[in-house]
Amino acid sequence: MPTDNTTQPVRNVIVVGSGPAGYTAAVYAARAQLEPLVFEGTQFGGALMTTTDVENYPGFRDGIMGPDLMEQMRTQAERFGAELRAEDVEEIELEGPVKYVTVNGERYSAKAIILAMGAAARYLHVPGEQKLLGHGVSACATCDGFFFRDQDIAVVGGGDSAMEEATFLTRFARSVTIVHRRQEFRASRIMLERARANEKIRWQLDSEVLEVLGENSVTGMRLRDTVSGEESTLDVTGVFMAIGHDPRSTLVAGQLDLDEDGYVRTRPHTTYTAIDGVFAAGDLVDRTYRQAITAAGSGCSSAIDAERWLAEHEEASEARVAAELVGGGYAPTQN
Amino acid sequence: MAGNTVTVTDASFADDVLNSDKPVLVDFWATWCGPCRMVAPVLEEIAGEHADKITIAKLDVDANPTVARDYQVLSIPTLILFKGGEPVKQIVGAKPKAALLNDLSDYLG
Repeated sequence: MPTDNTTQPVRNVIVVGSGPAGYTAAVYAARAQLEPLVFEGTQFGGALMTTTDVENYPGFRDGIMGPDLMEQMRTQAERFGAELRAEDVEEIELEGPVKYVTVNGERYSAKAIILAMGAAARYLHVPGEQKLLGHGVSACATCDGFFFRDQDIAVVGGGDSAMEEATFLTRFARSVTIVHRRQEFRASRIMLERARANEKIRWQLDSEVLEVLGENSVTGMRLRDTVSGEESTLDVTGVFMAIGHDPRSTLVAGQLDLDEDGYVRTRPHTTYTAIDGVFAAGDLVDRTYRQAITAAGSGCSSAIDAERWLAEHEEASEARVAAELVGGGYAPTQN
Repeated sequence: MAGNTVTVTDASFADDVLNSDKPVLVDFWATWCGPCRMVAPVLEEIAGEHADKITIAKLDVDANPTVARDYQVLSIPTLILFKGGEPVKQIVGAKPKAALLNDLSDYLG
């Protein structure tokens, strides 16, 4: 049973997540004097922490490294007084006028909550994959590409991140084979053309991965041709997964309205979720754009929505909060 | 926030890690690795809090490829705990402090 953190006052707002959406929400909420508490998670910085050059974030004419951009956003949120905690949230309770977030066995409470947990890299769930994770199977090209100097490796996927990773990995590898189960690509034209122009990149299309091979480290992949059904082996020492992301909505499943793929549903053109006082932003919501700038934009919207919601509900909510916490050691927020 | 951890290299690895009296947790990292930045402050904290039980050493794989290759490090951050010159525990990827302490509990006693 988590201990109730009743020595702490009920916060105005807790932000869960630390990608562009979470930090932008934190910047706006902090500037609005809401004194946000931000649970960044230990994987703080979100998906951009595993990218290199971000070339399409406005304001950085010459591009910026993903981790550097996130560091900037983080410091900016801190500058305005957001309380940042690099801890993982274990439980979220959204029903009722007070929302609870459990972290390291302690329960924190707030009137409003902004969910910005983002999305997690997807795996194939084929034999060998999890066993060889960190031993040739990787979901982070920028972290691990270095170890595959002059080797033959593969990238699985057909979207922008697959093209980007494959192009990046040619800095190290002798060859990079893009394994994709169709002929068509989701990748944007600029990324696809950049990959096609790269002599080190090979293409293994209409191919699905059946198994990652190797005992102590990766030695290859067993593939099946999706058209002929024929099986083959691709000899590689590294396999980089770039097959997309799944929204990290497990903690709120069963409480919030999710779509069939697990994305949190919000009211059109807002960040309001189905539950009063609960807002959602970034890749947790966005199945369409999933860019750093769109995540930041919706993070901003969520803080403004939360701020206005709090203002509108101030009196009513104070009364309900007090009622819920009678005898529970409730201390009003001091400004 | 530096100061609690020590820096080791290919050249100093045998002396500082393998021949150490205390268990040494080696953090294989590099400047270009985002997740390594996440785990670094946590390691500083653990190093400060458990200095009597364990040494935490940082090894930049970029500048020191030999040790990383010897221990077949193919992903960073990787943490390897050495005791009496032998690797006794390997942790791949950034993890929260509580999880790391849990993984290391046998050696922090």
